[in-house]
Amino acid sequence: MKKSISRRQFLAVVGAAAAAGALSACGSSSSSSSTAASTAGSAAAEGAAGATIKVGLLAPLTGDVSVYGIAVANGANLYIKQVNEAGGINGKQIEVVEMDEQGDATQAVTCFTQMVDEGITALIGDVTTTPTLAVVAESQEYNMPMVSASATAEAVTYDAETDTVYQNVFRTTFTDPFQGVKMADYATDKLGYTKAAVIYQTGADYNEGLATNFEAEFASNGGEIVASETYSAGDVDFKTQLTTILSANPEVIYCPNYYEDVGQILSQAVDVGLTVPFLGGDGWDGVTQYATAEQLDGCYFCANYATGSNPDFESAYEAEYGEPYPNGFSPLGYDAALTICGGLQAAEDAGLEPGTDEYKQAVIDGIKNGSFEGVTGSFTFDDHNDPIKTAAILTFENGEAVFVEQY
Amino acid sequence: MSVFFSQLINGLSLGSIYALIALGYSMVYGIILLLNFAHGDIIMVGAYMSWLVMNQLGLGPVTAVCASIITCTVLGVVIEKIAYTPLRSAPRLSLLITAIGVSFFLEYAAELILGSGAKVIPAYFENQVFRVGSVNVSLTTILTLAAMVASMIVLTILVQQTKLGKAMRAVSEDMDAARLMGVNVNSTISFTFAVGSALAGIGSVLYCCSYPQATPTMGSMLGLKAFVAAVLGGIGSIPGAMIGGLAIGVCESMVSAVGLSAWRDAATFAILIIVLLVKPTGILGRQVQEKV
Repeated sequence: MKKSISRRQFLAVVGAAAAAGALSACGSSSSSSSTAASTAGSAAAEGAAGATIKVGLLAPLTGDVSVYGIAVANGANLYIKQVNEAGGINGKQIEVVEMDEQGDATQAVTCFTQMVDEGITALIGDVTTTPTLAVVAESQEYNMPMVSASATAEAVTYDAETDTVYQNVFRTTFTDPFQGVKMADYATDKLGYTKAAVIYQTGADYNEGLATNFEAEFASNGGEIVASETYSAGDVDFKTQLTTILSANPEVIYCPNYYEDVGQILSQAVDVGLTVPFLGGDGWDGVTQYATAEQLDGCYFCANYATGSNPDFESAYEAEYGEPYPNGFSPLGYDAALTICGGLQAAEDAGLEPGTDEYKQAVIDGIKNGSFEGVTGSFTFDDHNDPIKTAAILTFENGEAVFVEQY
Repeated sequence: MSVFFSQLINGLSLGSIYALIALGYSMVYGIILLLNFAHGDIIMVGAYMSWLVMNQLGLGPVTAVCASIITCTVLGVVIEKIAYTPLRSAPRLSLLITAIGVSFFLEYAAELILGSGAKVIPAYFENQVFRVGSVNVSLTTILTLAAMVASMIVLTILVQQTKLGKAMRAVSEDMDAARLMGVNVNSTISFTFAVGSALAGIGSVLYCCSYPQATPTMGSMLGLKAFVAAVLGGIGSIPGAMIGGLAIGVCESMVSAVGLSAWRDAATFAILIIVLLVKPTGILGRQVQEKV
């Protein structure tokens, strides 16, 4: 995520890759056996309850990014459980085929084809961008409706080279450019800023995506970008850039970076005598651990979901899993399942047979034309199958992030 | 113009930290011709010590500063005893590889025990910003510069005026001859490691004042930069380490200031290449008699 590659880290990466290679071999067999068991169990249920609808759930449940995968899977399973308890979709229960892709693109494709063999008719997943792209490529052949909760890269739903939209792929998270535009609008329209500076990490899609879109939107709203400073991954000294920003005299600074860097930047801003507030993106989630209340005073950031904006979801999650929802990925997973179920509802209403090509197309059309009331806000889908939705705006009180409004 | 001075101050503040770390490199190299690549990681341990004392144990900043410096000092000596002493007569390459091994060990031990995420080190003191003319100078910067100059003076006196300093100079000039003259070589080398690591401890405290986060790999790049500073100043030379450190700091600051922040590390390492090509002994490297 953040260090420039030194000799040691290169070795570490090679070592980790080798270890991952060794692990994935046994991981795939265990995941297939667990699904075999679940299929056997569900076959019995099928016999008893009649028809079910099979939906795949693909996520990294072990490995480096499992913290996101588990959050998404828990959120999605929670929604499916609620639907099933309420009688299912037109009387049919939803059966989840859940597989662990361990954060690995090859493993993700293997799991996906296995799910297809097991007869899924729609897919919730994947979680992180790289495996999602691999599954998207594979899913084209089957026209499989899929909704990713959290993959933010534009390429997930849209191939810029051939200018084609992957019609079967949707997502419930907002995209990187979207965040930059939202925050620029909020800064000009709601907060009334006219002179902004930007500081961001170069060479990272996330940071650059947010920053460049913020700059463009802020300028087109009539504001002025007085300074645009960059740094490299692994840098800890930002005083030089902040001094340059100070001399340009901005009213606010947009800092779309991850929380550890944000903590350093906020603390060094004080050192160089910079006192204007900062704005950020969803990478700020968790920044309160890294900055003091004074440093965060007057700062704003946007996120997919803000704690406290949907108490029903939060209490349902805690009741189901015995702990508070871990991070913003859970509500997105919940909404991904909700989106899939919206599509399934449309296909069921049309009286089609699950698993057929017509059924899948009906699910896709149902999602494309539907509008959804999720826990991360209400949304519909645009031409690129990205959600048109509101972002949760948060600010800080006494060093704690607090929800302001949906914007 | 005020921006120029602000950037100069930023550079000097950063350079002071490099200088303190470069000193440790220089001293150890001077005495046993070893590039102690674990030196940067000693700083990392010092930073975690501050975090442990203030954040976890809830003790005051004075305790934290003492704990950091003492831990670094002890750690430096322990590393020397365990890893380097048995290799005293081995080829220098073996020592170098051992140093890299120790560096890996410290980094991954820290990652294993404390995780790879950054730990935030609470402020040692209430920071203030003074306005001198049109230039902002923070208390942190002033203290950093003052601590660096003070360390340099104490170290120079130690090396030039005391008996131990004389022993250090003797060992660095000719280890065998020094032994024949009755100098206790082992304890002198240990003492050199202790002093170098104590300086790393001071460096880690100053680093944490300016950049209050500790990560397992923080010492790696810091150590490399300080190594460049030591080479630039002339490895083995005390004033050279200071000049080299400050020069690297100011250079990095200026490279960023003109908008080339992505090239900042590249500039530093370009300096290393140029120095090695043009004047391998560094700026003050010719004063062989002075090396420690």
